Amino acid sequence: MDWKGQKLSEELMQILLLVFGGVAFITGYATSSFRTMMLIYAGAVLFTTMITVPNWPFFNRHPLKWLDPIQAEKYPKPELTNVISKKKKNKHY
Amino acid sequence: MHTFGYRANALLTFAVTALAFICAIASFSDKFSNQNPSAEIQILNINRFQKKSHGNDEVSLTLDIAADLQSLFTWNTKQVFVFIAAEYETPKNALNQVSLWDAIIPTKEHAKFRIQTSNKYRFIDQGHNLRGKDFNLTLHWHVMPKTGKMFADKIVMSGYSLPDAYR
Repeated sequence: MDWKGQKLSEELMQILLLVFGGVAFITGYATSSFRTMMLIYAGAVLFTTMITVPNWPFFNRHPLKWLDPIQAEKYPKPELTNVISKKKKNKHY
Repeated sequence: MHTFGYRANALLTFAVTALAFICAIASFSDKFSNQNPSAEIQILNINRFQKKSHGNDEVSLTLDIAADLQSLFTWNTKQVFVFIAAEYETPKNALNQVSLWDAIIPTKEHAKFRIQTSNKYRFIDQGHNLRGKDFNLTLHWHVMPKTGKMFADKIVMSGYSLPDAYR
């Protein structure tokens, strides 16, 4: 997933669970059935899992732009110099 | 939210927190129910009234219990526990409470009942003070919810008394 997709996934998960939670409570209260409330909520958790957890294509609509290979060669990674040997010399009093 | 496991964990945690919140408001919704239970107890017979070998009085009664506790049941009620206690005063104790009978009411349909029974538990005093004693019979109930706080209340019925002499 790209960054925007991750944000979408998290927000979608929170909104879906809260809204379905409210629906479950209101339906259960109206029908005086605790069981109905629990079943609706369990269905909501499964549904939300199906939508937000797997890596669906619609989460990848803003892919990251990596540098082209030619541009990467212009700015090479700096190499390590021998700083370690200087430190060892200072220890001989 | 960059891996499957990370998203699954976040979802499960949030789902359980939301579930806790739903159960809390379900329990809170119990406050809005109208409760008007009623009960009546009659003593049909005093079967035995003796001073036992341990020096304490013991009574055996037959009770007629009629109660309508249907309004105590809400959508969030698992069961109602009901018991009857005899309450009286003695020189030794300011208040004595002796449990005589109890029952578990599992559903609303079972909550309106009338039964005749002898006392399920023994009515034994601490001492021998029961001759001619006036006592109250109190019907206590505990409403046990499916989630949330348990509520308890009672109806006090007074005017019962034991005979002046042993039988």
